[in-house]
Amino acid sequence: MAEPGNSMIQAEGLTKRYGSTAALAGVDLDVPAGAILGLLGPNGAGKTTAVKILTTLVRPDAGRARVAGHDVVTEGMAVRRSIGVTAQDATVDEALTGRQNLVMVGQLSGLGRRQARARAAELLRRFSLTEAGDRVLKGYSGGMRRRLDLAASVVTRPPVLFLDEPTTGLDPASRVTMWQVIRELVADGATLLLTTQYLEEADQLADRIAVIDHGRVIAEGTPGTLKAQTGGTRLEVNLSRPEPGAAAALAPLVAGPIAISEDGRRLRAGVSRAPGLATAVVRALDHAGIAVDDVAVHPPSLDDVFFALTGDCAASAQSKEVAVS
Amino acid sequence: MIRALRDVAVMLRRNLVHIAREPLRLSDVTIQPVLFTLLFVYIFGSGVPIPGGYTAFAIAGLLAMTLATSAIGTGIGLSADLATGVISRFRTLPMWRPAILVGRSVSDLLTATLCAAMVAATGLAIGWRPEGSIAGAVAGFAIFLLFSYALAWGCACLGLIGSSPESAQGLGLVILFPLAIVSNALVPTGHMPGPIRAVANWNPVSAVTAAARQLWANPNPSASIHAWPMQHPTLAALLWSAGMIAVFAPLATLLYRRRTIG
Repeated sequence: MAEPGNSMIQAEGLTKRYGSTAALAGVDLDVPAGAILGLLGPNGAGKTTAVKILTTLVRPDAGRARVAGHDVVTEGMAVRRSIGVTAQDATVDEALTGRQNLVMVGQLSGLGRRQARARAAELLRRFSLTEAGDRVLKGYSGGMRRRLDLAASVVTRPPVLFLDEPTTGLDPASRVTMWQVIRELVADGATLLLTTQYLEEADQLADRIAVIDHGRVIAEGTPGTLKAQTGGTRLEVNLSRPEPGAAAALAPLVAGPIAISEDGRRLRAGVSRAPGLATAVVRALDHAGIAVDDVAVHPPSLDDVFFALTGDCAASAQSKEVAVS
Repeated sequence: MIRALRDVAVMLRRNLVHIAREPLRLSDVTIQPVLFTLLFVYIFGSGVPIPGGYTAFAIAGLLAMTLATSAIGTGIGLSADLATGVISRFRTLPMWRPAILVGRSVSDLLTATLCAAMVAATGLAIGWRPEGSIAGAVAGFAIFLLFSYALAWGCACLGLIGSSPESAQGLGLVILFPLAIVSNALVPTGHMPGPIRAVANWNPVSAVTAAARQLWANPNPSASIHAWPMQHPTLAALLWSAGMIAVFAPLATLLYRRRTIG
């Protein structure tokens, strides 16, 4: 295993085309041992393609990548011995029980039958699946299936983990459970690459974030650095009803473009912190005859980061916004 | 090497668990062979005069036909596997990759054995007997199973070409049904129109059927046909089977790799 500080995942100029679309247009990544990289981007940004290349499922058209010190193209078997993968879609056998799935994965990873059984029992316990362990997967809930999938990825305690959108499609409660499980997994020192389109998720789990869009990494850094890049404080105003004049009323108080939500009720913009800012905002809107439900002044969220980097809010699942300057 | 065998054994176990979960999926190798045997013997048999009796003649042919159609299951099973996410899991594990294909072919060999046993048991119940030596009787079944294994690799290729289990089944039927019918399996080839007769005499299904009839000392009208495979049916059956495995097993591996590596 690599020394701490050494690169466990390293990619240079990864390129992959499918027909005329470039899924990856030259991606560089570098994840030191023990670190958690959040690969953040909207649907179709190239996150899954990057994971598939790094996990030996897909060959890059150009560029090179090493995982745990092994080349993903020429030393695929060595790479597969060092990784655990949870793909976006469930990769467990529907007709087997949870336990049978874990034993099978253990055996196919080189464990003896007895070892594989012991490890399966241990993982079922750890992932709160002991009761369901001997049931066929068809009766599992989405959250249970994801947990089993995750358990299957860590059967051999691999030093490098890849989780491709581990919480997509889960309800909020299951998502929080999943975060807890992921935090425990990496507490042992595994290196983790996690893809997500939830900005909050990357902020919660990752210590470094690479923002990917149209097959390119457009920004990289700690959540803090990325927030700093958007420049200062953010203002968010929620109106009682959509008001066409709201942006104009706010314009003298903010710096940069104002993002308006699709329903026209939420406005967001960068501001420079000044005494009495919230009062000034409410007063300006009131003066224009606009009713305000609430005003918030806060440090930038990753939503704001994405907005600042790409100029659109495609990454945000819940709000489609347009920029008004 | 040991690792490869272990991985095949794990895949085999998995396929057997799948069968155990849904035993009705076995109907094409349990109920269907019995049904076909009875239907063909009593319906066709009444209209096809064979010296020595149609039942004694037909069992070898019915074995060939039911094994050929059940081989389609390999293509269907593989195609269904490819459509599920578990294949991605297998492909990120440090396993011997061909174990997925080999495990499938071995579990299908087991179901083919069950299929052969069902036809043989039905045959025995309605008066068919292997009349030759015990060694001959065993050799006859061995040839069928080898042929069935070879066909399974051919059907694996169909499963890998087709995009869904349904298309694997469709393609398989379109190819295997004529292959089984244009042969000496159900009627002697002697009265078939010239070109069809030539195809039938060189058809691997005919070679395997004639070999079994010879080994079981059952009526074998093909013995009087001059085409080389009908004169040396056992050798022809072995060559056909070996040739098919030599072509289809590497082809299936290649198709599998192409299908799964983007």
